[in-house]
Amino acid sequence: MVALAETESSSLRVQQVSKSFPAPDDPLTRRQALRNISLSIAAGELVSLVGPSGCGKSTLLRLIAGLDLPDSGELLVGSDPINEPSAARGLVFQDPNLFPWLTVRRNIEAGLVARGVLREKRNEVHEFMQLVGLEAFADAYPHHLSGGMAQRVALARALINHPKVLLLDEPLGALDAFTRMRMQDEVLRLWENRRTTILLVTHDIDEAIYMSDRIMIMTQRPGRIDRTITNALARPRNRTSSEFLRLRAGILELLHFAGGSTSLSK
Amino acid sequence: MQLAVPVAALITFGIHLLLSKNAPPLETHSYMLLFWEIVGVSIVLAVAQIFWKALRQWMRHMWPIFTVAILLVGVWDVITSGFRLLPLPYFPGPAAVLRSLISDRALLLDSTWHSLLLLLSGYTLGVIVGLVSGVCIGWSSSVRYWGMPLLKVVGPIPATAWIPLAMVVSPSAIVSAAGLVALAVWFPVTMLTASGISNTRASYLDVARTLGAGRAYLIFRVAIPAAVPNIFIGLFMGLGASFLTLVVAESVGVKSGLGWYVSWAQGWAEYGKVFAALVIMAGFFSTLMTLLFKIRDRLLVWQKGIIKW
Repeated sequence: MVALAETESSSLRVQQVSKSFPAPDDPLTRRQALRNISLSIAAGELVSLVGPSGCGKSTLLRLIAGLDLPDSGELLVGSDPINEPSAARGLVFQDPNLFPWLTVRRNIEAGLVARGVLREKRNEVHEFMQLVGLEAFADAYPHHLSGGMAQRVALARALINHPKVLLLDEPLGALDAFTRMRMQDEVLRLWENRRTTILLVTHDIDEAIYMSDRIMIMTQRPGRIDRTITNALARPRNRTSSEFLRLRAGILELLHFAGGSTSLSK
Repeated sequence: MQLAVPVAALITFGIHLLLSKNAPPLETHSYMLLFWEIVGVSIVLAVAQIFWKALRQWMRHMWPIFTVAILLVGVWDVITSGFRLLPLPYFPGPAAVLRSLISDRALLLDSTWHSLLLLLSGYTLGVIVGLVSGVCIGWSSSVRYWGMPLLKVVGPIPATAWIPLAMVVSPSAIVSAAGLVALAVWFPVTMLTASGISNTRASYLDVARTLGAGRAYLIFRVAIPAAVPNIFIGLFMGLGASFLTLVVAESVGVKSGLGWYVSWAQGWAEYGKVFAALVIMAGFFSTLMTLLFKIRDRLLVWQKGIIKW
């Protein structure tokens, strides 16, 4: 029962959320970034959000992180409303945003220091460095790291707080194709071990299909969720299987990038 | 190559022997001792570097500069004692300056000590107040609204322009001089700290907040470390301003220190002593600058490889 309550509390719900910003060229008018967005993610689910750039994916992620507040609507983790940032909702950006003045170890510790629990949890730091395979770089400064290593540090830094929900904003978008595929497997491994609820924003359709249980497709101006596709492909997934390719073709068609004529089997 | 320094020393001293037939024998004597020391030490180093690699690298880097510096002393000797191109007694030769340096060493040492005390107390005060006001202005938009106009209007006034007022207001000249040095340091430190803090990358602050950071963490562990490169620019500018203010304040009101010594020696037309004080100031100020550079290198070790110093 306790375990059930625990997992329940890491579900995520977004209800009728709208958000607008002042237009950059004319501060008196506001531009609608999100209109009446609703979505819900079950505890332990890995869901992707795909869509063209400027469709409000990152805005939505910032609202869920609590970095911005919506104009209207409600966001909930379990039954708790989101109204400020919290260590319970980890966020990893495309730019790893490591603190350049801290070593790898101190970057990973940052969340523990910020919450004032470093003394009790210091032993976990090594565990998380091992998890992302960076023990050898513990005392290196961020500018000595490659893009993939830096993003691993960013992941470890977010995970050390044991967040209920992990928000990933195109975390692998700046990596080369090979590193990206390897990191996708690493994120999946972390997710399968920990069963953290993950919301992954990406513009890489292959990545969305390879990784997620469900794929939400957003359209722009104002941003809203156009379609949700359940991805029932068995894990581990094969990037070249015919089912994989069929799903990919269907999503491209929905986004009007297919070119030829294909159909999505629903 | 390793013998360039002793050779230069011999040349420069040879020039002096040729020129100084009617110079006081005491001057020539101490000048000669100096060059024998240079020759001796540099020959010992030239031997030692054969066995010691770090010394060899240091010498390879520094020797051209030392050689040229010693030869320039010779050129100075030629211009002053040799051809008398510059009017005496305002431009004494190097041997006369060295003699003043030696004969007045007690007073020079005492003056340097007093300058150091005054400079450090004023600089420390200015840096502390500047850091606090800079962080407040950089972090809080309401403090910025009220503080920035004040900073922009009052800050650019040269600290030395306050001397007439400072003398009236303060009970002692030393206290008012320290206050003026602090004021001179405060402005650049505040300005650069404030701009460093307010230009902290928003994404660093966002990340810290999603890691559970409160305000103290955001200020002291994100904004301030991010601003440290900027803060050091302010500290360097402040150090330069503090030298200027120190020397002016000492020569106007305070009855001690190197600035006072220069104007006192000038009053007695002892220009050898004026130059001796200038030599001490050069060493004194550049040592403090170097010290600040060392502190920066230590604190900003994380920038190594990102920017060129």
